[in-house]
Amino acid sequence: MLKFLLSRLLTFLPTFFGVTLISFAFIRALPGDPIIVMAGERGITEERHAELVRQFGFDRPIWEQYLDYLWGVMQGDLGQSFVTKKPVWDEFFALFPATLELSVCAMAFAVLLGLPAGVIAAVNRGKFFDRALMSTALVGYSMPIFWWALLLIIVVSGWLQWTPVSGRISLMFFFPQPTGFMLIDSLISGEKGAFASAVQHLILPTVVLGTIPLAVIARQTRSAMLEVLSEDYIRTARAKGLGPFGINGVHALRNALIPVVTVIGLSVGTLLAGAILTETIFSWPGIGKWMVDSIFRRDYPAVQGGLLLIAVIVMIVNLTVDVVYGFINPRIRKG
Amino acid sequence: MALLEIRDLSVEFATAGGTFRAVDGVDVSVDQGELLAIVGESGSGKSVSMLAMMGLLPWTATITAEVMRFDGHDLLGMSARQRRRIIGRDMAMIFQEPMSSLNPCFTAGFQIKEALRLHTDLDRRARHARAVELFEMVGIPDPEARLRAFPHQLSGGMSQRVMIAMALACDPKLLIADEPTTALDVTIQAQILELLTTLQQEQGMALILITHDMGVVAETAERVQVQYAGQKVEEQPAIPLFSTPRHPYTAALLAALPERATERRLPTIPGIVPGQFDRPPGCLFAPRCRFADDRCRSTPPKPASPELGLARCHYPLTHAAEAEA
Ligand SMILES: Nc1ncnc2c1ncn2[C@@H]1O[C@H](COP(=O)(O)OP(=O)(O)OP(=O)(O)O)[C@@H](O)[C@H]1O
Ligand code: SF4
Ligand SMILES: [Mg+2]
Repeated sequence: MLKFLLSRLLTFLPTFFGVTLISFAFIRALPGDPIIVMAGERGITEERHAELVRQFGFDRPIWEQYLDYLWGVMQGDLGQSFVTKKPVWDEFFALFPATLELSVCAMAFAVLLGLPAGVIAAVNRGKFFDRALMSTALVGYSMPIFWWALLLIIVVSGWLQWTPVSGRISLMFFFPQPTGFMLIDSLISGEKGAFASAVQHLILPTVVLGTIPLAVIARQTRSAMLEVLSEDYIRTARAKGLGPFGINGVHALRNALIPVVTVIGLSVGTLLAGAILTETIFSWPGIGKWMVDSIFRRDYPAVQGGLLLIAVIVMIVNLTVDVVYGFINPRIRKG
Repeated sequence: MALLEIRDLSVEFATAGGTFRAVDGVDVSVDQGELLAIVGESGSGKSVSMLAMMGLLPWTATITAEVMRFDGHDLLGMSARQRRRIIGRDMAMIFQEPMSSLNPCFTAGFQIKEALRLHTDLDRRARHARAVELFEMVGIPDPEARLRAFPHQLSGGMSQRVMIAMALACDPKLLIADEPTTALDVTIQAQILELLTTLQQEQGMALILITHDMGVVAETAERVQVQYAGQKVEEQPAIPLFSTPRHPYTAALLAALPERATERRLPTIPGIVPGQFDRPPGCLFAPRCRFADDRCRSTPPKPASPELGLARCHYPLTHAAEAEA
């Protein structure tokens, strides 16, 4: 196990350095001068500009700037945001719980609906439910997030007035946030209605962000189940006298989960990418919105650090998936 | 009264090319504690007829029968739920491919205890004790360790023993063994057959042994029923069947036994079992039969008298000498 982890960590190294390089180059490739953006409406004098250029080291050769940045990263220093002057690291982890909360809810939504839907579709292959579900999944999969979000906002928030349009909680509530997870903090706060408000705010972003993973998981579960259901051991399970739940929900699903877990792991990357758009649409104060804002402000350290941390998180998730995969697939658990 | 009685069983599959009759008017009858062998080449509907009885066929199959009765239960009028109470408890089945018949994601112990949990009210501890006892009974060394093993950690022979132990978990009255040794090494084959026949005698259960190997029949069976292209073509006790086969197909199968071969090459019956699209209008064996004439080719034969082994043939063999030919 330890050996496995180490070897996986080694394969992460090239990705890690690749991300530092790409994020460094990407933000600098965008036209626009961070110093001018920072100065904003007031403008800036020639001398002050030159001074700041020297201060930020923009006058040095680009490779030197990169090595400098890399050297900082190796020491765990992601630099300070140009805008807030706070360490990128702190900024990131102050906002991360909001993104994590949304992503976990979206994933839970996708898995809790996708798995049963895929199983039921496979068991009723070719019947009405199967066809309806698979066409819906295809639509869900190909629907642009942006459009889908606006549609939901218009119908659910606008016409039906069931959910708020943006933010994490109603402005009426104000309480300390020790964990950063609104669902938990609102419960701890003991304020009446706070938790319900937090849930209401979560619903639409969760649905929007979870739709594509939901479609992917449902389709993958269905096809994995169809494959597994024709296996000999399913016949053995039926020959024991097991009922539909024992056959489909235990014997078949357990095997079908093996490919599905891989897909779930892969959707985490998609999810974080989707979070950027979703958070922007719903003014959700998380990493995604922060990244977009930072890009517009040409906040080099924030963008570089943010992309790097997101990449590391995706790598950690993938590693976790590999470990989980080993647990649910006894054939590779050994060794 | 027979433990199992099936009369005029037919199974039709809905396929892309129309319906296909895989089993065509088969009768099966087995008494308590009896051993019946069902023989026939690949594709003769042996598995399908038994799967039909167990209720294990896919939904594309349409099953019809005049009588399908097991241990006083009418299998035909039974709901799926009622059948599940019998299946795996009083009537169990093991399959040709032991390695793929066990679920790779669960330990052998889980899979055998599952049957006990389903059909008995033993508690956890008692189920474990029973599982160990069953593993010992089927000759699995070090049962405690093997209960914790996953299927991929077991050999083919060991897997088949696990399958047998699982089938025997609730002391079934009937065990159906569908080519239980085909996928195994020759030495292991003999061991598994020996195990099955011993268990059949010790437990007093009935055993239906499906095989396409006449050699296996000779060693084990009391009564033999020969199936061809979905039909039962002959039925006799083992000894007369071997000395005086009545149906030309049986005779041909016997002549194909390696011990009886006169040449070096392993003899086989020329031709293949007719499939969905090449079923002859008359006797199904006619294209391969050396006695076939115009009547055979145009009119399907009816089963002959019991003295003639119920042979489904216009001209049942009457002389031992002919049979040898
Ligand atoms: N699900 C199915 N759909 C369509 N045809 C089927 C199905 N299952 C079996 N058959 C057909 O039914 C016929 C009888 O099959 P069966 O498996 O009973 O043969 P068998 O006598 O057991 O042969 P073997 O020795 O190969 O096991 C074969 O021609 C087979 O192709
Ligand atoms: S009916 Fe004719 S073709 Fe068929 S088995 Fe008998 S002799 Fe052969
Ligand atoms: Mg078969």
